[in-house]
Amino acid sequence: MTTVSAPVVEPMGLHSLKVVSNASESPDTSTIVLDSPGITFHAGQFMMLYAFGVGEAPISVSGNPHSPGTLVHTIRRVGPVTDALCGLRPGDSLGVRGPYGDSWPAGEQGDDLLIVAGGLGMAPLRPAVFEAMANRSRYRNVSLIYGARTPADLLFKDDLVGWMSTSSIDVAVTVDRATSDWWGHVGLVTNEFSRVDFRPESTTALVCGPEVMMRVVARSLRDLGVPASSTWLSLERNMKCAIGFCGHCQFGSDFLCKDGPVLSYDRLAWRLGVDEL
Amino acid sequence: MDPQTVDRHGLDRLITHLAESGFEVIGPTVRDGAVIYDHISSTSDLPVGQGDAQEGGQYRLVNRGDSALFGYNLGPTSWKQYLFPPKTELLHIRRSNGDLVIEEPPTRTRPMAFFGIRGCELAAISIQDKVFLDSGYVDRTYASGRKDLLLVAVNCTTSAATCFCTSMGTGPKCESGYDIVITELVDDGETRYLVAADTERGESIITAVGGSPAKDEQLANAESAVQSTAADMIRSMDTDGIYDLLIENPDHPRWEQVAERCLTCGNCTQACPTCFCSDVADRVTLDGTAIRERRWDSCFGLDFSALNREPVRESTSSRYRQWMTHKLATWHDQFGSSGCVGCGRCITWCPVGIDITEEIVAMKETVST
Repeated sequence: MTTVSAPVVEPMGLHSLKVVSNASESPDTSTIVLDSPGITFHAGQFMMLYAFGVGEAPISVSGNPHSPGTLVHTIRRVGPVTDALCGLRPGDSLGVRGPYGDSWPAGEQGDDLLIVAGGLGMAPLRPAVFEAMANRSRYRNVSLIYGARTPADLLFKDDLVGWMSTSSIDVAVTVDRATSDWWGHVGLVTNEFSRVDFRPESTTALVCGPEVMMRVVARSLRDLGVPASSTWLSLERNMKCAIGFCGHCQFGSDFLCKDGPVLSYDRLAWRLGVDEL
Repeated sequence: MDPQTVDRHGLDRLITHLAESGFEVIGPTVRDGAVIYDHISSTSDLPVGQGDAQEGGQYRLVNRGDSALFGYNLGPTSWKQYLFPPKTELLHIRRSNGDLVIEEPPTRTRPMAFFGIRGCELAAISIQDKVFLDSGYVDRTYASGRKDLLLVAVNCTTSAATCFCTSMGTGPKCESGYDIVITELVDDGETRYLVAADTERGESIITAVGGSPAKDEQLANAESAVQSTAADMIRSMDTDGIYDLLIENPDHPRWEQVAERCLTCGNCTQACPTCFCSDVADRVTLDGTAIRERRWDSCFGLDFSALNREPVRESTSSRYRQWMTHKLATWHDQFGSSGCVGCGRCITWCPVGIDITEEIVAMKETVST
């Protein structure tokens, strides 16, 4: 049997960090910036954020991996913990641990990079866009397709405007329901595939959004000829510990907290077809 | 060191020696009509002369009419509660000058001795070792209990109707992973206990306790007692092809059939010696300290899979499927072994008597036809 010798530090131990800013992104979503000297992360990873006396939630890092010193998180209010986190003000403290999970793959040299985001799924993909822009020469074409429920739900609008004004990245934005001030596209993100440039057989696709959206996107990409092993999805389950102890985030054999959250579609396809897995 | 034999007084000396050596000695004892594990100080704390009658959804103690110390099998509790306690305080957090002050409460320093642990339960500990010590992160609480843990095992010389350890390769004989193993030899005359060591620690304890070298006849009797326990075992699980069976049949009608009986009470996950799922909640004290407390959780609960307040596994069938598929199939991918040791607790303590071995048989039959 295993022998235990060295003393052990609590693996769910927290660090106290201070909030630098908290800005509203949309009616139910806020972006908070933390002063986090010494913490680095890779695009696609998440942190466990702790609101004092309330609890922890797994939150993707939505900032730039090449901007050390701060951690950026974009949080939607869906329960008591995220309510408390979204209510933090500059100077407030919260507990953090991480980063956890694997990251978005870089893809092959010379590939097209296709990033498909739905709703809050833009948050873990924003660092991937920054990463792609920092390594732009790695790819032939880089595109972002981003869908939201309504124009008001679109996150990171300043970034979108900036990315639309450069030729380094193709950006296609669509909404499910337009409002009177919306002049853009309406419909599913899959409708936008024809509006961006990618060669299916040489494409790395990064996809994050509601699970039903990812299922449709991954299947459509496969039908277009993108190899299932080149389509990457970031899945969500209710991670409680982030270190493979609590069992909550199991998706088949994978603990999404440490084996994921980013997994390739060839590994996921059959599981995504099973109800209530 | 050759195996020794002692009488009951010898086992009392062993328990006293462990306590005097600094161990917290925990062993089987009777409480509320069942064998449970708690602190013991002598053999009179053991379930003397007790046996048990077990079936799906049934458990009762029976008087054996002798003074056997190990004439019963497993009760509702397992040693898991000492290494992975039902409630554990992970962190104490308070606010001070605008910062969070985070403290790790002390963990156990006194080593434990498990007296009377069975083969299937040794296997369960080695399975939880993989979860809490060998999978990338080390659990502080579990590690503090495992450090210097002394294991005094017992070879089973009787089996319950719900036992199926032979088919899972974990018993009734303790093959490894213990410091000392005891085999009870109930004779017409005086009952003797064969004691053998598997570690240097175990050897020095047996030397300190004293005994007489075992005779060939006693060794043969011990071996045949264990062999007949294996031969008499009623239940078994045919693990051949079980991984593919479960992975390839998530839509099998049997899941719906078992869901008609399953109450999703979670008794099976509480009683299981390997189930490790937990949740963490904040408890705030009157002085303003938030205590991050880990508690056992169960994949049978509706909250367990809740994502943004909506359960992923809403139906009973999906929750039973998750438990059984994890236990018998995906556990292999995660930890390199089955998550089942064949202890049978989930059968005995299921209020409606759902039998995991029967579920596998039923599924195999319908898939093959």
